[in-house]
Amino acid sequence: MSDIQATPSAVVADQQDLQFWMKEDHHPENGTLLGFWIYLMSDCLIFACLFATYGVLGRSYAGGPSGADLFELPLVAVNTTMLLLSSITYGFAVLEMQKNRRGTMMAWLIVTGLFGATFLGIELYEFANLIHEGAGPQRSAFLSSFFTLVGTHGLHVTFGIVWLITLLVQVGRFGLTPANKRRIMCLSMFWHFLDVVWIGVFTFVYLMGVLP
Amino acid sequence: MKMMRGLLIPALVLLLSGCDAVLFSPSGDIARQQRDLIIISVVLMLIIIIPVIAMTFMFAWKYRESNKNHDDYAPDWNHSTVLELLIWSAPLLIIIALGAITWTSTHKLDPYRPLDKIDASRPVAEGTKPLVVEVVALDWKWLFLYPEQGIATVNEMAAPVDRPIEFHITASNVMNAFFVPSMAGMIYAMPGMETKLHAVMNKTGDFEGLSANYSGAGFSDMRFRFHSLSDGDFNTWVAKARADGNTLSREDYLKLEQPSEREPVHYYKTVAPGLYSAILNRCVESNRMCMSDMMAIDQQGGQGVVGAYNVTSLDAGTRSRLGVADDGKRYVGALCTARGATGAPVTPAGRPL
Amino acid sequence: MNTPDLVTLIFGRLTIEAIPYHEPILIGTFAAVALGGIALLAVLTKYKLWGYLWSEWFTSIDHKKIGIMYMVLGVVMLLRGFSDAIMMRAQQAMAFNGNPGFLPPHHYDQVFTAHGVIMIFFVAMPFVTGLMNFVVPLQIGARDVAFPFLNNFSFWMTVAGGMLVMASLFVGEFARTGWLAYPPLSGLAASPDVGVDYYIWSLQVAGVGTTLSGINLLATIIKMRAPGMTMMKMPVFTWTSLCTNVLIVAAFPVLTAVLALLSLDRYAGTNFFTNDFGGNAMMYVNLIWIWGHPEVYILVLPLFGVFSEVVATFSRKRLFGYASMVYATVVITVLSYLVWLHHFFTMGSGASVNSFFGITTMIISIPTGAKIFNWLFTMYRGRIQFEVPMLWTMGFMVTFVIGGMTGVMLAVPPADFLLHNSLFLIAHFHNVIIGGVIFGVFAGINYWFPKAFGFKLDSYWGKWSFWLWLTGFYFAFMPLYVLGFMGVTRRMNHFEDPSLQIWFIIAAFGALLIAGGIAAFLIQIFVSIKRREALRDVTGDPWHGRTLEWSTSSPPPSYNFAFTPVIHEQDAWWQMKERNAARRTEGYLPIHMPKNTAAGVYIAAFAFVIGFAMIWHMFLIAGVAFLGLLVTAIGHTFNYKRDYYIPADVVARTEAARTEELAAHV
Repeated sequence: MSDIQATPSAVVADQQDLQFWMKEDHHPENGTLLGFWIYLMSDCLIFACLFATYGVLGRSYAGGPSGADLFELPLVAVNTTMLLLSSITYGFAVLEMQKNRRGTMMAWLIVTGLFGATFLGIELYEFANLIHEGAGPQRSAFLSSFFTLVGTHGLHVTFGIVWLITLLVQVGRFGLTPANKRRIMCLSMFWHFLDVVWIGVFTFVYLMGVLP
Repeated sequence: MKMMRGLLIPALVLLLSGCDAVLFSPSGDIARQQRDLIIISVVLMLIIIIPVIAMTFMFAWKYRESNKNHDDYAPDWNHSTVLELLIWSAPLLIIIALGAITWTSTHKLDPYRPLDKIDASRPVAEGTKPLVVEVVALDWKWLFLYPEQGIATVNEMAAPVDRPIEFHITASNVMNAFFVPSMAGMIYAMPGMETKLHAVMNKTGDFEGLSANYSGAGFSDMRFRFHSLSDGDFNTWVAKARADGNTLSREDYLKLEQPSEREPVHYYKTVAPGLYSAILNRCVESNRMCMSDMMAIDQQGGQGVVGAYNVTSLDAGTRSRLGVADDGKRYVGALCTARGATGAPVTPAGRPL
Repeated sequence: MNTPDLVTLIFGRLTIEAIPYHEPILIGTFAAVALGGIALLAVLTKYKLWGYLWSEWFTSIDHKKIGIMYMVLGVVMLLRGFSDAIMMRAQQAMAFNGNPGFLPPHHYDQVFTAHGVIMIFFVAMPFVTGLMNFVVPLQIGARDVAFPFLNNFSFWMTVAGGMLVMASLFVGEFARTGWLAYPPLSGLAASPDVGVDYYIWSLQVAGVGTTLSGINLLATIIKMRAPGMTMMKMPVFTWTSLCTNVLIVAAFPVLTAVLALLSLDRYAGTNFFTNDFGGNAMMYVNLIWIWGHPEVYILVLPLFGVFSEVVATFSRKRLFGYASMVYATVVITVLSYLVWLHHFFTMGSGASVNSFFGITTMIISIPTGAKIFNWLFTMYRGRIQFEVPMLWTMGFMVTFVIGGMTGVMLAVPPADFLLHNSLFLIAHFHNVIIGGVIFGVFAGINYWFPKAFGFKLDSYWGKWSFWLWLTGFYFAFMPLYVLGFMGVTRRMNHFEDPSLQIWFIIAAFGALLIAGGIAAFLIQIFVSIKRREALRDVTGDPWHGRTLEWSTSSPPPSYNFAFTPVIHEQDAWWQMKERNAARRTEGYLPIHMPKNTAAGVYIAAFAFVIGFAMIWHMFLIAGVAFLGLLVTAIGHTFNYKRDYYIPADVVARTEAARTEELAAHV
């Protein structure tokens, strides 16, 4: 409706005086969420490179063990569940945030962090086992690309947890201010993004890796 | 004026020597066709480049602010559909022409494709076998193996004129590019991989070959002479190489492979059987698994968890015999094939090989 | 734990041997740098400039100051990169007939690697980022970028990367691999020394800065345009900046990833690009060029924008074919991802793959050609003033089409088989990078300098600089085209054929002319500062510009615009002038602005230490520095008071002063 009205008034304005300077204060939209989204896309490209590398090298076992020999799918399935659950609990935290309930929100965030930490613990256990079996990242190009792809994801989760703890402290001290809410939304994007990447890892690396 | 002439003459001489450049006076049919492509593409593009440069100067001159002779200043003129169509379609047409030439010539001059012509007018005679030369780029010298003649040479090669040559090219350690400018364009020499080049020389003479891809400290001296000879002279050259007393065993190769610069030309009268294939598959060392085998095993899913420990290195005895320091280099060990219950060879993991 | 272990723990593999005290050239350079540095520090201390520099510049989050600091960084690194160039030209001009020249391969190979790395990453990139930083917010009528702190941090990361390259000159060595460090040559087996590690860490540190700055400018252009400025009303420079930043965000992560893989090969013994255990060096070459080709357009696109602004301004005409200019830019952006394989046709991919990439490469020349025509028809029926920026633009138009032509020649795969890796290739890419990027940067500096400092650059020395660069370029690189036809390849340390020498001598002469051009540029700056009163411009619009940056004062106030402009057409400022739109002089409001912060400097300093420590395997120090970085970064997030208001009366006073100046001028 306002669009329809705007057109004739603009034409009229053109014949008379054009407004060239704003009288009132101009507040450009906050770009944080967009900027963070762009950052995530650039991060996504790093993962794309690692996936591509895995795609090229993933069957170069150098006469060593293959994914079918090494992967323990039940363990990885538990691991995946941990991460997926952590994404759900993060979602609950955001819902609580929107209701401005600080306490329950922080509780959900702590649950999220614990799921994340469990995920990391299981991943480290898996890595340690592989290295113990002689299947470390040096053994073959397949293992190099496997450790790097999965490890980079794990590193992201680690930083996510550090960030989560920082945010918990900040929300605890300064409350659910607009700045903190924005940060929680950024971390939320980050966390769900890692979840999506993990689904790729689980499918392309683990599931397809155990296929003959 | 005199000074101008004094400057012009040497400039002209220089330019003429530029026309004499090796890429413009090729001695092999492939290089000749590649040169023709350079010229065709330049001519095609000049159709648009020359008017652009001319217009730049013309407009700059005519529409300069101090020129009071024109009064067609049009500060708001910024669009013309006809002109815009023209400025997009003119380059487009040229690129369509050039693209078509590119597609056909790239296929025709694909270095992997065997020759069908010796030069512009002579087709390759039915049943001609190309001369096979196996080229290995070493740190920092060239090794040429002649499987047909059973000889090998370092930093010098020869070929009979007008006989198609089939190069098989690899490298020992780092990337190089095999380039004989008067014969044909270059192609990379890469470790563990083989590239191919089909070419022919149409003139006899002594030509230069070089590595065209930087490969480290001794790169600038990684040059060799290419002798294009008549059939008789080529046989003499082969005989000369055979008369040379050296043999090229696998251990000799491992010694030769060690980095060296400005390696003098030398010949080998015999070559260990399968040496080129061993170099290509990175298994000149006897206890090392060939890449071809490794890839076959990997195709079957690797050697299982036990295979993880199948990593070895050159044994101390061989190292001291060759005078090679222990650089900590490790590789996948060769397998002694065992027979499984069915009698077929199996890998340690029990999978059929 | 005994003592030697402790030394290794702290110093890693750094020993006194790493300092090249036995190389006279390096010692001489070091002495000169040290003396110059001490002199500079003394001057700064004497005039008590430290506090000023620290609070007004180093910690500044003002996009204009950061832009200027980027340009200064570019100039300083240009001097370093160019001295490498002079050394190469001298070496190749003399190393004939058994004369080994003055640079042995060990040194020469570092020089050409450093030249390439510095010129691309620490000269061209800072120049381009600097111009975008300074100009884009002004052109879109914004008061700063979207993330001012990030902007400062990005700059210091670039500086930290540059400092790592510089450190390699005096501690250890730089890579001897060529500027893209192809493995297996750059792998641990063939290059066990620190050179490649310097390469990796300097690019990684600087790359973080570049990526973040790309994200920042992207968000700025998308979110912070003044009201009324729709996409198709953005100035062309802003458009090209937008596309460049899209390319940065979509290309630099690939570089980060591929360098990370190379460093894993070198530090952790993985096998991505090794010859054994299934590694694949070809993958590195592919990945690095998937970054590398867009990088070429990252460099040149913003300068296409500069030329568009300059041509329209100095022809006194609207830009011809704005829409097709925009579409051409977008098409180039997209196509730049489909051509990477043309950098290695000679790797032996099949004929169909090669011709596909050859043809996509040629297709890029269509929008590029359209741009050239658009500039030409902007001049057509104009009133052209040959001010210095316009001279650079003219020089670009003639030079760049030649570079474009040789580029298309290289795009024909069979022709490339002859010309690849030859000096023809070297001549080609210098033809487009000098003719396009460097000429554009100088056009941009001459064009926007009065905006940044309030006085024009001296045109006498500007013209000297231009003509020396132009003739120097032709003298230096036309011989290389010829040498390419003679089958001479790149990165050669010495030659056998004496008939080539004359060409190298001509090229060296050309390099000397370019040295003159750089000197004339420095003199131009110096003379302009001395004559600044005579060159003063109080109008803020010395060239009768067309876009918004010329509507505010020179230099602009920290808040850029007292009132946010409202845009009705492309050449917003031109329209305001045509309509005699009066400057608003009352009703000032307090202006919300970000506060300076030192966190960026500290974090980048930690990044430098991490890089240096990792290069020398000082893992303890690297770990401590990493912890420091983390703590500083987290600490910074606890600072919630990052902004303040400039009170309305301060704005009123600043603007009143400008009103007086303008009145006095008329």
